[in-house]
Amino acid sequence: MAGAGASSWSFEERDFTRIDRLLQGFLYDSNARCTLLVDRTGQLVTTAGEKPDFDTTAFASLAAADFSANDQLASMIGEHEFSSLFHQGEKESMYLADVARRVILVVLFDNRTTLGMIRIKTKAVVRELAEIFREMFDRSAAAPQGSRFEAAFVDEAEDEIDRLFGDL
Amino acid sequence: MSMINYASREINCKIVYYGPGLCGKTTNLEYIFEKVAPNTRGKLISLATETERTLFFDFLPVDLGAIRGFKTRFHLYTVPGQVYYNASRKLILKGVDGVVFVGDSQVERLDANIESMHNLYDNLSEYGLDLREIPFVIQYNKRDLPNTSSLAELEAQLNPNKVPHYEAVAVRGIGVFDTLKAVSKLVIKSLS
Repeated sequence: MAGAGASSWSFEERDFTRIDRLLQGFLYDSNARCTLLVDRTGQLVTTAGEKPDFDTTAFASLAAADFSANDQLASMIGEHEFSSLFHQGEKESMYLADVARRVILVVLFDNRTTLGMIRIKTKAVVRELAEIFREMFDRSAAAPQGSRFEAAFVDEAEDEIDRLFGDL
Repeated sequence: MSMINYASREINCKIVYYGPGLCGKTTNLEYIFEKVAPNTRGKLISLATETERTLFFDFLPVDLGAIRGFKTRFHLYTVPGQVYYNASRKLILKGVDGVVFVGDSQVERLDANIESMHNLYDNLSEYGLDLREIPFVIQYNKRDLPNTSSLAELEAQLNPNKVPHYEAVAVRGIGVFDTLKAVSKLVIKSLS
């Protein structure tokens, strides 16, 4: 299990632009409502499409937990992974797909499209996303892991921690 | 594994509360949820059984606000403490940036504390992490109960590396924010 999600990485403006363009194309082709990219540790990377009207932070942590739990179930029955998951609702459904073993693409869709369409279009976009993310991880791995933030950031954050939690 | 999102200018850090069953991990989060200003925290999500025992995890995001242009947020998680939920515990540790071990001070829970601490070492090692190298603090909870081990004994049994430790009565909030402050500062320091 070591490796997946074990090291730090950063998400830059140019990554965002490339990924957003891809996701917008995917939404147009598939007629899905919106997509969320969630890091396997439960952190939201980005969203595209209709702005979700729910708590995306909580959603991301639950989606990652859902995917991780299913990963373990897969290995128990002798599968390497379940590369995608589908949850069907009465009106809204969601499809989750693995991207490069580090990120999860969550697609929310309703009856304006079909599962078959989502499945086909997701497969294609996941391939392209995986390529971008692999580049990003390689870049993070190659970058020196020295100081990422200046001392002033730490000082300011510590002051804020004292202010926020100080008198409670 | 903090993720720095330069596109949305966000830093998210994951802090996990670990410890044996019924030691007070969820109580810590509930107290934090209750006391922190509503505009600086999200919803407290609890995946629990009908008897309110944690089944998978509790989750509470706390916003530190914008620090030098970066929206900084702590994601607080608890794990299920009961021994047989180890698969779930391991999953929650994925990508952890800091750990709080909540020990139960009652004499009869000493063995459970030791077992849970060993389990924490083992599960972290599966992610290639060493507790001696990541932000880590210990909270000795339930200090108000009559049948508690002495602090010296708990320290001897659970804290060989002398990481920061805090005495607590989490149901009354005593020590809860001292612990959170300590671990969050260590996590922030580890970013620099």
